[in-house]
Formats: sequence, C-alpha cells, structure tokens
Amino acid sequence: MSRSQSGGLINRDKPLNFVFDGKKLRGYEGDTLASALVANGIRVVGRSFKYHRPRGILTAGSEEPNALVTLRSGARSEPNTRATSVQLFEGLVAESQNRWPSLSFDLMSLNNLFSPMLTAGFYYKTFMWPASFWEKVYEPLIRRAAGLGKASTEPDPDIYDKAHAFCDVLVVGSGPAGLSAALAASQANARVMLVEDDWLLGGRLLSEKQEIDGAPASDWVRKTEGVLTAMPNVSILARTTVFGAYDGGSFGAVERISDHLAESKPGVPRQRLWKIRAKRVVLATGAIERPLLFGGNDLPGVMMASAARAYATRFAALPGKEIVIYTTTDSGWAAAKDLADCGANVAAIIDARASAPREAAHRVATKGTRVFENAVVVDALGGRHLRGLKVRSADGKMQNLAADVLAMSGGWNPAVGIGCNLGSRPVWSDSIHAFVLASPPTGMTLVGSAAGHFSLAEALEDGRSAGMAAAADSGFSAPPVGAPSCSEDATGSMPLWHVEGAKQKVFVDFQHDVTDSDIGLAAQEGFRSVEHLKRYTTLGMATDQGRLSQVNGQALLARHLGKTLAETGTILSRPPYLPVAIGVLAGHHRDEHFRPERRTASHDWAAENGAVFVDTGLWKRAQWFPKPSETDWLDSVTREAAAVRTSVGVCDVSTLGKIDIHGPDAGIFLDRLYINTFSTLAVGKARYGVMLREDGFVLDDGTTTRLADDHYFMTTTTANAVKIMQHVDYCRQVLWPELNVQAVSVTEQWAQFAVAGPNSRALLQKAFPNLDISNEAFPYMSATSFVWMGVPARIFRLSFSGELAYEVAVPARYGDALIRILMGEGHDLGVIAYGTEALGVLRIEKGHPAGNELSGQTTATDLGLGRMMSQKKDYVGRVLAFRPALTDPQRPSLVGLRPVDRSKRLRAGAHVLPLPGENRADNDLGYVTSVAFSPAMNSWIGLGLVSGGPGRIGERLRSYDPVRNGDTEIEICSPVFVDPEGVRVRG
Amino acid sequence: MKIPCPYCGERDGAEFVYRGDASVARPAADAGEAAFVEYVYIRSNPAGEISEHWYHGQGCRNWLVVTRNSRTHVISAATLAKVSTP
Repeated sequence: MSRSQSGGLINRDKPLNFVFDGKKLRGYEGDTLASALVANGIRVVGRSFKYHRPRGILTAGSEEPNALVTLRSGARSEPNTRATSVQLFEGLVAESQNRWPSLSFDLMSLNNLFSPMLTAGFYYKTFMWPASFWEKVYEPLIRRAAGLGKASTEPDPDIYDKAHAFCDVLVVGSGPAGLSAALAASQANARVMLVEDDWLLGGRLLSEKQEIDGAPASDWVRKTEGVLTAMPNVSILARTTVFGAYDGGSFGAVERISDHLAESKPGVPRQRLWKIRAKRVVLATGAIERPLLFGGNDLPGVMMASAARAYATRFAALPGKEIVIYTTTDSGWAAAKDLADCGANVAAIIDARASAPREAAHRVATKGTRVFENAVVVDALGGRHLRGLKVRSADGKMQNLAADVLAMSGGWNPAVGIGCNLGSRPVWSDSIHAFVLASPPTGMTLVGSAAGHFSLAEALEDGRSAGMAAAADSGFSAPPVGAPSCSEDATGSMPLWHVEGAKQKVFVDFQHDVTDSDIGLAAQEGFRSVEHLKRYTTLGMATDQGRLSQVNGQALLARHLGKTLAETGTILSRPPYLPVAIGVLAGHHRDEHFRPERRTASHDWAAENGAVFVDTGLWKRAQWFPKPSETDWLDSVTREAAAVRTSVGVCDVSTLGKIDIHGPDAGIFLDRLYINTFSTLAVGKARYGVMLREDGFVLDDGTTTRLADDHYFMTTTTANAVKIMQHVDYCRQVLWPELNVQAVSVTEQWAQFAVAGPNSRALLQKAFPNLDISNEAFPYMSATSFVWMGVPARIFRLSFSGELAYEVAVPARYGDALIRILMGEGHDLGVIAYGTEALGVLRIEKGHPAGNELSGQTTATDLGLGRMMSQKKDYVGRVLAFRPALTDPQRPSLVGLRPVDRSKRLRAGAHVLPLPGENRADNDLGYVTSVAFSPAMNSWIGLGLVSGGPGRIGERLRSYDPVRNGDTEIEICSPVFVDPEGVRVRG
Repeated sequence: MKIPCPYCGERDGAEFVYRGDASVARPAADAGEAAFVEYVYIRSNPAGEISEHWYHGQGCRNWLVVTRNSRTHVISAATLAKVSTP
C-alpha cells in the first residue's frame, strides 16, 4: 500500500472492497478504480493493442489510453472502460483486457518479436496476398490478436433515459474557469447549465495545491458550488459528459446516473441522454498534458506528471517510492512541489530546457532532489515495469538514474474537441506551443486552459468575463464583479518532439502502438497529410481518439517533411468526444418500444380470434387466422382464400392511406396527379387510378371516389400513405398553388372493411337492411354515404379479389362494433375473416399489381396499365414516361407464371431464363415478383416482370433460383388467373 | 437543427422532411423532354446559400422554402412555398 495517512479527497472511514483480475483489493470512497490500483501498488493493468506490451496507468483522466478494463460481469459487463474514470464502489469487479492467458504471461507478446512486420500500414502490406486468405485467415487472426474487451451477448438489464434541456448559457467543465463563468452568468440571472464529467466540481483544483483569495482553492470551489446550487436559475449536472456540438446551438451529453453503483436502483436509469439547447456556450474543458518521447516510454511506471500529482494530492496515493520528474514545462515543477508536499520522494527533476525555473530549482534542491538542466531521458529501463532511466546531459554524457516512477510533462494541448465539431479548425500557436481554436463557432467561447490560458489567474478572469458576456449576449446584464486573487502559477514551456539515440521503441500512440519509426516510415512512403498519416498508421484512431498522441505524431511528421506544425496542421475532432453506449442513445426505444405501434379498429377482435399479426410499416395487420386444427400457415391462408371465392370473407383494409380532397378545383387537381382522368367521374362513382413520379415511373395506385362535386376520397397503398400525403401537399402547395383545393389525411379517422365473395351482398343486406345494394341500384364501382346507428358510414362496391365485393367504412371508433356485427350476421352464410396473406393470394390470382410490382422501377406500361395514360391532359410524369428506354417493347413487363409440373413450388425473387442456355446475367429475361399457392388453380402461381411480357404468353421458360430450389420449368400466361372476363365482380 | 416555420414558429428539425433544391420550377406542359430532364435530374449544388424544400410533416403540413448555407448549415430564412412560388 502506498496510501498516505492523511490528505486527499477520500473517505478513510468508508473502505470499499473490489476485485481486479481475481485479486481482492481495498480502496476508499472517493477513489477511482485507477487511484485504488495505484494505492494497492498494481502497476501493470493491461496489454497493448498490437505488441501486447505490458502497460500501466498513464493518466488520471478520461484521456487514458492504457488502463482499459472490462467492468462488471455477465449482462452488465462493459468492455474498454477507462479505469481512470470509474468511481470505485463496493464489490466492483474488473478484468484486464487484451491478454491471453493472463496479464503477467501473455502469449501474444510474441508479436513484440515480430514487430518489424507490424510497422505502419502493416495490414495493407503484410496481409495482402493471396487475396483469398483475407477473409478466412488474416482477418479472424488479426481480430483475435488485436481485440479489446468483449461485449456481453446478454440483453442489457438496465434502463436508459432521455431528456431535453434549454438554457441561456451552457458551461462545459467546472474547473476554475468554468466555475467563474457559471457564477458570473448566473449572477446576471441567465439560465445556466454547468456540466462536469467528474463526480466532483473543481477540475484541476481537485488535484493542485493552489490558493484562491488567500485560502486553499478547495474552499473557493466549495463556496462557489454552494452559491450555484442555491440559485434557482442554475442547474448542475455532474458525472455528465458533453460529447458533441450540433447545429443550432444543440449539444449531446450523457449523464451517468448509476454507473458509480454496483447496480442501478429499481426504476432508476443507468444513464440519461441529454439534448441541450443553449443560446451561448462557454467551453471550459481544460487541457491535456502531452507525453514526452523517449525509448520505452510505455513502461508501466512512466506516467503523466499531472497524473502523478493527482494521485498524490486528490487520492493520497503515492504512485512510487522513487519518483523522477521529466519536464519541459513549469507545471512539471509545480507537480514536483505538490508531490513532495504529499510526502513523496522526488528523487530528481530533469528539465530539457536550457535553464530551469531558478526559485523552484533552488527550493527542491534544498530537499535533496537532484536537478538536471538541459538534459533528456533517452531510454526507460526495466522489464515489466520501470526501474531506471538513461539520461543524457547537454554535453552528451550518459548516466543511469534509479526510478520506479517517471512523471513526464511535455506541454499542454487545450481540449478543443467539442469546439471543432462544427468545422472550426485549430491553428498552431507559437506562444503556447499547441493548437488553439482561434475561430470557434458562433455563440461559443473558450476559456482558461481550453483557450490556451494556462495560469489559474487567467482561468478565473477568463471565466468571469466570458460568463458575463455570454449572459449579456443572451439578454442578461449585471454590474461587473471582479475575479478573485490567486496563487502564482507559472506556465512556461518548451516543445520537445524528438530524442536521438533511443535504444527501445518510442511510443507516440500508446493505445494503438504507433511508434516514432512508424511515423517516419509513413512520411517516407509519401503520406504527407495529417489525415493520411492518421489513417495509414492508425495514429489517434483508438478509443482515446489520440488525445495524448495526435500532436506528438503530427510534430514528428512535420519534422520529417521539413515543415512547421503551423503548416501541417491538425485533424478535426468529431463527436462523440468520449465513447457513448448505444443503450443510452436508444433510451426507452428498445424491444416492443423500439417504434410506435399502430393498431386497426379490429385489432382486439382479431387478437381474440387468434390472428397472427404482421408489421406493415408501423401497423399491426392480421396476417391469417389459424383454426386450432391448422398447423401450417399455408393451410390457413389457402382455406381463407378459398372461402372468399365460395362464400364470403371480411378483411380489415383500414391501413390503406385515405385522403380527403375538397375544393372547386379538386377534379382538375386529381387529373394532374393521376395518369387517368377524374374530373369526369360521376358523383357516387369510384375509379382506379395510377400516379407516376415526375421521372415517369409508377409512384402508387388506388381507387378514388367522387362523393360530391367538390369532394373526392382518395385511397393509397398502405406502404405509401405518408409519402402520397406529402406528394399531394407538394403538388397543391408548390406545383399548382393557384388551384383551389384542400387535402387532409383521414387514414386514422375511418375503419374500413372489405367484404368479398359471392355471399357478400347477402351478408351486407342482413347487416344494413335499409340499404339497397342490388346490382341494379348499386352496380360495380358505385359508392354512397349512409347513416348507420346514428353515425356516418360509407359503402363502396370495389373488388381487389375479383369477386362480388364491397368495402364498408365507419368512423374508426365504431370499427370494433362493425367487425363483430359483420361476423355475427355472416355466421349462417359461412363468413370467415381473412388476413393479408389471403388478400395477397386473391390479388395474385387476379393479376393486380401491388408492392412487389410497384417497385419504383416499373412504368404503367410495364404493369399492363399503359392504356390508362390520358393523351388529353398534363400530369406528373407524363413527359418523361415516354422516353425511349421507358417505352422499349423489350422492357420486362407483367405476366403470369405457372410451373409446368403443377406440383412444383415457385419462389418470388427467382430469375427468369430461357429453357436452354447458360445461367448468365446476359441471358436474364426478368424475375418472379410475387407467388402464391392458388386454391382456385390448385397449384403455385406467380406474377413476374419478363422481357417481352404478354408477347411470350404460352412460352416455356425457366425460373432459376440456385439459392433455394434450383430450376423450375415455367409457362408464361396471362396474369389474370381467375375470371378473366370479370363476370363475378359485376354479378 | 431548428427551422423557423412561418406558421408554427421555431421547431426541431426532426419534425420536418427534406426534399431538395427549391430553385427549380416545373416546366410548362409543352416544354419538351429536355426541359423535364433538366428539372428532374440536374442540380447546381452550390457551396453557400441555397434554397430547399422542407415539409413540416409533424406540424402544419406546409411545404417551406428554407434558405440554408450548405457550408455552415445556418438557416437564415423559411417561407411558405405556396406564397414563395412564382
């Protein structure tokens, strides 16, 4: 144990037991998993991605590339969790990743010996030939070797929530800059949201021994948090990551509500997705410390100076017994001071700069710390973890130093990620040696370290002025208040991108094992853009998104190309800033709640009668109604279809799109929408119509009825109901706004049932005794309105089945009553309910095109409907429908198909080929679009789109279906199998 | 993304359906095939301010002409198509 007796933000009265790789360990409330591992002296926490090298904890924040663990087990197991961000809880179980069979003995570390093969772009080179090996050999091998943790295959037992929030000022980050921004904006009465990734507010002040207003900075944090919490116009979201900025001032954030608990409490979500709309945003996301490059810089024990400082100060966990600081910055010296103040043994400070800060150097020297100026670390020494360092002084003299921790500080990269999401590109700043966001998106201000203003005083002042300005910009002003005073905070730094003479690998990207020589190789092979460098070497493409590695890699590229970083530039960060679980994006929309469900008025009745339902869009439709004796769906469907042809059946057709069209110009409007004419339709009559897209292909079909001079009732296919409503509105608002016509969807308002079969008239006369629906009074394609039980009703003499048939419509809330009455009255007539499958059988027997034929690739002529195209008027699609390729007589067009051997089954999707001839694409004549077992024909029948179409009737061809039942000899016939003269519908 | 619907006010982008370029106009019935090919298929795709048709399907069901900058996604105006259409 390396826990200090006092200090830190841990609760020594609340010890917590946890297990890492099967080992029982103990930490305290207030620990992260990483800090508890540090306190327990655990140094190796994972293996690297490519070479399987042992890796230790590198950082104390969400930028961690090494310490990725699988947290929890079973259904809640979560791979690739950053140990540095996991708040410790009682009973936590974590496993290291990417090692087999164990962390200490990993067979895959042999990759290290093969490393000359695993250089930049290795998978583009090594695994290229033979091509057939890629899928079967290389890819599975690479996947096994290079995989991170495994996701659970069990259903996620947790619930996730979604919420929307609106504010005037969104402050991202609660360090000194964020807190003062939130304070200033809220004091001007703006609605403020303060979002913090950590569970505690304070940011860097949690880990640095600083003073504000002459007292420890933690006092100021606590006081400010108290003030903000008490204000009604401020909401604080801790444990929340803003992961992306989107158009129109919206931001995505994930709140981790229960991740710090062993299990979510019942009814409490694990995480919540926030969609935040803000008028102004203050980005106070801090900065990320840059690693230094030297041989073996990935050895466990090498860590960021800011991390060593955080473990010692915030968590009272000293990361080592003999700590050496390697720095090019003043903040490295501040880290050394805090470490020493926490009781750590800081054995040496190596500053690569020509001269170290005088005062600080003098102060540490008096405590026995050796100071090296103008010196560099060349190699880290040690096997499984750090034991010493090889240091080169300015005069070239090498010497070895003992060390178990090397805390490195190579400068700071402002965390500008969220600011780049909308396309603002970071630019190089020579004064702070880092990329800054000079032109953030409208409404966004970066403050403090995120703006490259690294001192505490700058952070406090930045936050104060940006908070006031953001409030003022959103319409709130208040008298200015001053920023508090604070301790001195030197921020000098020098960039150091390279060290000569390293004997070991120099790692740039720790998570993806990209070394300095990989970058050299990429440059040598001509990858000159930072974007190409990234993709070729995979630099920065791991789950840490290169937060530590990107700039170092780009600097090496610039060096190889003889350019400056200002010239090579950097990449743009895209959302999400940190990995986001799919579960929280889905929220409650999973399983049966994945999307809304639409039920027809007869749904309950159908369910009571054992219907099997099918999804058609959002609708649940009865697919068939099995009898207890029926075990095969085909038995049920065949029985239903046969019953319609011999007695009577009822089918709910309410899901068809229904559009009411009103106005004096309604007839002209419909003439322009349909290929055929509706203005001449008599009141009380229905007509089948076909619509085209403007490119000449069929858009949709359906019957439209004229209910009054200025009132038409249009129906569309179920699938296109929404699209046609849009199209109707587009045509009347955009194309012909001069027409006096209104349209509204009434799909939901009417329950409509098809009543089909020879007994349909008898059934309806029983149900509606006052209605005259005799053939004389109400011939085929008639329609009328009537009053039924005091409510408006409509009856149409339409037939999709080819039988004598009607459709009856009543207000949707009476649909349940109507189906029960129809089925009751029809009992003696042998009525059955039929579902969508039987509906499909009946329409295939009649050769009516439906969804499979209205594929968006067929013309009216292809479907045998070319004669409907009016020559006397303009309509959508008219001009382009007559293009040569669309009128080519060899186009595949609608025919019927039957197997020559009537016992054979047909399959939709099979291609149609000549009887003799090779199975080649250029012999293809078309394909089978719809098939059904026809009880009327007592065999399988089909519809197809075949080149030459009706001209081939009588020809024998092949239905070629190598995936299912091979070749079937077929005969081309008329698509109308039943009652081709149309006697029954008019009977 | 938010669209300032002239009828409903500023509403979330998810309520709208995108169609495309609003700068093209359907040719006269006798304009011929070439004019219709131009109307249906040819788009200039400029970088900068463009006018687009959006449908407020989850709102007032009006077709809008929305002025959007294709570089920045900034929406500077939205008018009712039936009023804007010449």
